[in-house]
Amino acid sequence: MNAPDTAALTPQSFKSDIKPVWCPGCGDFSVLAGITRALAMLGLRPEQVAIVSGIGCSSRIPAYTNCYGFHGVHGRALPAATGLKIARPDLTVLVAGGDGDGYSIGGNHFLHACRRNVDLTYIVMDNHVYGMTKGQPSPTTEPGWSSKLAPGGTGVREFHPLVIALASGANFIARGFSGDPNGCARLIAEAVRHPGFSFVEILSPCVTFRPDQRAWKDLVRPAPVAPTDDPARAARRLMTDDGFNLGVLYKGNRPAYAPAGARRAPLAELAKEFEV
Amino acid sequence: MTGSSRKAKNSRAQEPRRRPASKAREEFMARAYAMERDAAERYTEFADQMEVHNNPEVAKLFRQLAEIEGLHAKQILEEMGWPQMPPPVYALQWEAPEPPETAPVTELHYRMQPWHALALALRNEERAEKFLASVARSPKSPPEVRKLAAEMAEEEREHQRLIREWMARVPPPDPDWSRDPDPPFLGD
Repeated sequence: MNAPDTAALTPQSFKSDIKPVWCPGCGDFSVLAGITRALAMLGLRPEQVAIVSGIGCSSRIPAYTNCYGFHGVHGRALPAATGLKIARPDLTVLVAGGDGDGYSIGGNHFLHACRRNVDLTYIVMDNHVYGMTKGQPSPTTEPGWSSKLAPGGTGVREFHPLVIALASGANFIARGFSGDPNGCARLIAEAVRHPGFSFVEILSPCVTFRPDQRAWKDLVRPAPVAPTDDPARAARRLMTDDGFNLGVLYKGNRPAYAPAGARRAPLAELAKEFEV
Repeated sequence: MTGSSRKAKNSRAQEPRRRPASKAREEFMARAYAMERDAAERYTEFADQMEVHNNPEVAKLFRQLAEIEGLHAKQILEEMGWPQMPPPVYALQWEAPEPPETAPVTELHYRMQPWHALALALRNEERAEKFLASVARSPKSPPEVRKLAAEMAEEEREHQRLIREWMARVPPPDPDWSRDPDPPFLGD
């Protein structure tokens, strides 16, 4: 990792020299911009941040930043990030991935990460499709979306991640749109500042397999109400939400998980405990 | 593209520099800077994307556009005597989600041709002119800001003229420009 010099950091300071291989037009470019702008806004330095991901187009994101990165196993970004945050509470840990990685393969980890409420920020780039493997329906795909791989659609009700996150105990819930990278940056910065498990879903069109999602820019709008800290009220709002209300939708007051009796010891001492 | 537009920018830049700027002028110039810088960043991203997808001709064109917008941003810094980017740049709110001179990310296609890139740039300049003209007309804007905005709107009109000339020099797009003999979709 190349640490930049100590001058004021700009979003560019958080970008690596590796050029993203996403399809031109992909919403994930703007999410990357949102993350780097948020980190600059927060006044962090790349070496104070770790980005952990799973598998999928969006999970490539750690390589495109200059922060510490861990490109993990499919659906397993959250457990890796949880371990990292517990071991290194001084780091700001972001977790990034897609809807397939987070809600299907990693669905169970998602529930328990919300429940544990470790101080992480989970950013899901939701495009309602498995892009990397050529367009299979994902958990958030609309039941009637017909394609060569799912003629006539799946007929299966879609997953509602924000409702699930709330019911499972996430302490901060927000939705952004990749067409507004500055708005995404503000949401991510607020999510990082909020203690506990912060969940930011970002609608990020897949222009290759879901070109119809270009129309999302005409559907999104700021949420008409201010964020609430009342889970019951948030539940009513999220249950009737059409998926296009943007902004912070819930800010809870649960204290972030802190392991009881966490012991700090020199590495050599810890290593002795594993000797056989 | 930059010839006469630079002349126009330079004429503004040659006004007595370092004179204490009013708060209204500073705020407006920070917004103008954000517009140019954001446009330059987006063109750079587009150039990178086209390089990755082996479309060097369009990559080169986006690189040129990025350089031009970057120069405009630099001129604003110099004119205002700002050593670096003013802090509110990424926190500014716009009428649309992004600054008016910034092309939406979804407008790109991996098989686009130079004509398409210039058409995209033209739309950016048109949006920029519309925004600046609205500031110039707004009774809420202080007189010095209205004057500056009117000058900048005129520059954006000049940029449009130059881009149209540029478009006339590149071949029009093939009718089946987006057809990929090996498309990313899984076939039947």
